[in-house]
Amino acid sequence: MSADRQVGIVLVSHSGPVAESVAELARGLAAGGATAPVAAAGGTPAGGLGTSAELIAEAARSVDGGAGVAVLVDLGSAVLTVKAMLAEGDELPDGARLVDAPFVEGAVAAVVTASAGGDLDAVVAAASEAYDYRKA
Amino acid sequence: MLDADFFHRWMSTTAASVDREAAHLTELDSAIGDADHGSNLQRGFTAVAAALDKEPPQTPGAVLMLAGRQLISTVGGASGPLYGTLLRRTGKELGDAPAVTAEELARALGAGVAAVAQLGGAQAGDKTMLDALLPAVEALGTSFEAGRDAALAGALATVPLQARKGRASYLGERSIGHQDPGATSSALLIDALAETAGAVGGGA
Repeated sequence: MSADRQVGIVLVSHSGPVAESVAELARGLAAGGATAPVAAAGGTPAGGLGTSAELIAEAARSVDGGAGVAVLVDLGSAVLTVKAMLAEGDELPDGARLVDAPFVEGAVAAVVTASAGGDLDAVVAAASEAYDYRKA
Repeated sequence: MLDADFFHRWMSTTAASVDREAAHLTELDSAIGDADHGSNLQRGFTAVAAALDKEPPQTPGAVLMLAGRQLISTVGGASGPLYGTLLRRTGKELGDAPAVTAEELARALGAGVAAVAQLGGAQAGDKTMLDALLPAVEALGTSFEAGRDAALAGALATVPLQARKGRASYLGERSIGHQDPGATSSALLIDALAETAGAVGGGA
């Protein structure tokens, strides 16, 4: 639970702007101290819609400080690509975990928790709990 | 026996076939998907063919593992991780044998198909690539030709099904009446296998 080794967060969306915006939103809502490292991996390298294993691997490396990396995803191919990368074993940093959480709400919960110094389990739990908040 | 060269040619034949059928696959995908299946697979298998040509792996397993890895990193859509997992898991099952029998290939492909089902959480009748692959794996135990026929029949049989997985599932009943693009490309993969086997005069 040390603040100098925060859990990294990777946000994987089919869209570059969506991933970037959600990252910005989560950082904004977590503000008040130093926020945990967040990286967006949205769309394809060419800027189209889709999922890029290359961008995901790069994002994960960039936020990995040794305390684990929580990966949040939006739809279909984003989910499958991260699962396939984890199955491969060496595509993502040790301690990378796919989080079962709603994308926007989960991202905010994850970044706030990681920024407060929560460990990977705490970050994953906070993001997943976002499912429990019903809107109607 | 099927050696690394056979598997290399299977992948090259698949790449050529996906290239030829890309427009058709995308047309099928525009009815119930997001209209990129053909171009996505085309990009993926072009990368597969290039990677294999650049540094040809020495065993059947290594050919399929390299191909699977290329698909996951270049496709950009759900078919990347799905086909990537199929080939990689099949390659893993084949181990590092320098050559394998048709029976061993059929069995390994069965494990690959099971891994795809697990990754996507789909089963037979969900209107996915599994509807071509499951019957194909079963029939490959008999012969390559039987496998090809079963895959094609499985792909055609997706027309009346309602999609229960992927983007097409959001369409509900409106997905009925369209052939599944993933099952169609899976049939191309098995067809390329039969073609490769035919070209060397092989059989199961």
